[in-house]
Amino acid sequence: MDFDFSEDQRLLKDSVDRLVLDTYDFEQRKTYIAAPDGWSRENWARYAELGLLGVNFSEDHGGFGGGGAEMMLVAEAFGRGLVIEPYYASVVLSGGLLRHAATAPIQDAYLPGVAAGETLFAFAHHERHARYVAHHVGTTATATAAGWVLTGEKSLVLHGDSADKLLVTARVAGGVRDTGGIGLFLVDANAVTKRGYATQDSMRAADISLDGVVAEAVLGLDAWPGIARALDEASAFLCAEAVGAMEELLAITVDYMKTRKQFGRAIAEFQVLQHRAVDMKVQIELARSMAMYATMMAAEDDADMRARAISAAKVQVGRSLRLVGQEAVQLHGGIAVTMEYKAGHYFKRLTLIEKSLGDTEAHLERLAAMGTAF
Amino acid sequence: MDLSFTAEERQFREELRDFFHTAIPDRIRRKLREGLHPSKEEHVEAQRILNARGLAVPNWPVEWGGQDWTPVQHYFWQDELQQASVPFPVPFNCTMVGPVIAQFGSLAHKQRFLARAANVDDWWCQGFSEPGAGSDLASLRTAAVLDGDHWVINGQKTWTSYAQNADWIFVLARTDMTVKKQEGISFILVDMKTPGITWRPIQTIDGGREVNEVFFDNVRVPAENLVGQVNKGWDYAKFLLGNERTGIARIGISKARMKRIRELAEQELDGDRRLIDDPVFRKKLVSVEIELKALEMTQLRVVAQERHLEKGKPNPMSSVLKIKGSELQQATTELMMDVMGPYIAPFFEEHDLEFGNEPPVGPPDAATAAPMYFNMRKVSIYGGSNEIQRNILAKAVLGF
Repeated sequence: MDFDFSEDQRLLKDSVDRLVLDTYDFEQRKTYIAAPDGWSRENWARYAELGLLGVNFSEDHGGFGGGGAEMMLVAEAFGRGLVIEPYYASVVLSGGLLRHAATAPIQDAYLPGVAAGETLFAFAHHERHARYVAHHVGTTATATAAGWVLTGEKSLVLHGDSADKLLVTARVAGGVRDTGGIGLFLVDANAVTKRGYATQDSMRAADISLDGVVAEAVLGLDAWPGIARALDEASAFLCAEAVGAMEELLAITVDYMKTRKQFGRAIAEFQVLQHRAVDMKVQIELARSMAMYATMMAAEDDADMRARAISAAKVQVGRSLRLVGQEAVQLHGGIAVTMEYKAGHYFKRLTLIEKSLGDTEAHLERLAAMGTAF
Repeated sequence: MDLSFTAEERQFREELRDFFHTAIPDRIRRKLREGLHPSKEEHVEAQRILNARGLAVPNWPVEWGGQDWTPVQHYFWQDELQQASVPFPVPFNCTMVGPVIAQFGSLAHKQRFLARAANVDDWWCQGFSEPGAGSDLASLRTAAVLDGDHWVINGQKTWTSYAQNADWIFVLARTDMTVKKQEGISFILVDMKTPGITWRPIQTIDGGREVNEVFFDNVRVPAENLVGQVNKGWDYAKFLLGNERTGIARIGISKARMKRIRELAEQELDGDRRLIDDPVFRKKLVSVEIELKALEMTQLRVVAQERHLEKGKPNPMSSVLKIKGSELQQATTELMMDVMGPYIAPFFEEHDLEFGNEPPVGPPDAATAAPMYFNMRKVSIYGGSNEIQRNILAKAVLGF
């Protein structure tokens, strides 16, 4: 066991930390949100240049050849900066699906485009009544002479409005919540009806209607195992992103407490408030530990063990981020419930992470049903 | 970064596990497993078996019987020892006074005390807290005045665990009244047989007789029993408390409790449904398991940081371990009571159980569930209360 970073990892960390520091202060971020796509194409090109869009792709696919630890470093830095570009949608989710649920020719055809920042992917998966059942797929795929025809409604497709390509789940066999019979298809994003909107965390998403669109390619017809793996990796990424956001939010809160004066002194001098800040720190440390654990276990081949670890991490991170987010707002006072101040935006992003890929209660239920977390 | 254990690490761990399970008699380990208290003789017996294999004081410097292990190996030692329900080597000897003597004591102190402490030829107890000095430990008033070649000690200590077993006591005493309170304290080793020392047991709400008051009435102690330098005792006390804090999370003990809770919940029936099949109970169980895992990973991270820190300097992050570790120890005692339900009620002396008397009707371990819960309220109070840990973190980590 070794918690130290390798030389390459340290270099990556330095460069991504530096990037976020240089390009993502709160005022700069506002200009990215105001851009036509709701994020910065210029930043995206810079990420491609730095190799960040293929951190965990193989070198053959234009990547950096890294693994979970490298992704964790990126996630933390992006969490600290509240980065809004479609990294999670295109690189983490879609990249993960291409790596785990697609054939080699598909990987060869598309991963280099993702890594180069030329093709933007989104994962069109979630459906209206799926709640947190990740294998809930009601959209249908029918084989015709023209190819696979997809029909159904997808919602909350992250960055679905600016994507060039969509990875779409659709059922080729079985009932809506069966894990068998889930197909994964590649669809041209211009061939579907999209309605884009902003999300609470200043990112973008879209509702997408598939009205008999013909898929461009088939990634797999029994794709669930690969999808599950990609989602587990994505969960680990979100956990690490949450840790970065929590660390920064605590730092902002502590700084504020040292400058904000009431009753003639800095509120940082009140022990009752100090202890609440310390409780935030304790929660962050537990979350960091579990984010690392999730990163390690996301590479586990045994799907059951992997799922337990990811759920356990998601529960811990979910509990931590709720406390840290709420306490940060409380310790700030009114300023933190305004749009013009940054703390509230961390709270908003953290809240959305909790509700992504299964909330705390859903993961706890899943573990309780399995009988044990480990 | 590689968070998996190497083959060598796993093998090391298995060898320790085997040794703890085979070499330490089950009659002793069973007591801890079931929430009972091993006797002094059993503590000594277990520790001597460990000591013969170099496993009683691995945390000490190698020249004084410690092991040249990696932080991960040290962690495995503690975790496997606790999971096997082996009585922990007498903490007053091994985690408290031993490292202080090894780090700050004279060569004569080391030669005289260390090997005996490792083998529990002497049983040590701790003379820190006083009736008027709890969380504000530095305000202690027990005084030592030099009279020729002896220190004369007067005052009172309290919460002294196992004073009834002890041959020696390490005492924090005020040796200068005129300076800032932290700067006038010394660390003195006192033979419990010295005239003028008396002690009185304090019974705790679990019925136990673990802690005592210790009184010093003109106790004359040879001058050479002062450790390190005069008036530097507060530094040594902080060093001691910092060492105590890393071990205080007791994750292995909580794991062993969780295993036992699961075993008992699989047997316990609610009508004809096993308690383990109650979804609400399972959620509670899993919740504690998750926090334990998070704490274990945190402990490993803190342990791994150690080699990047200045030797002998306490790591403030160990306060995180103390806070969460104590909360989780307490959480397991509540879960155990959940298993017992109303059968926590009968009060039954441990003494009677030991002598084979039939306990009242109820699940196994019912007699110890409530006492354990009552007793373990202490863990968020001792070793620097959790509020003191928050003060430490506020200052040292958050910079308040």
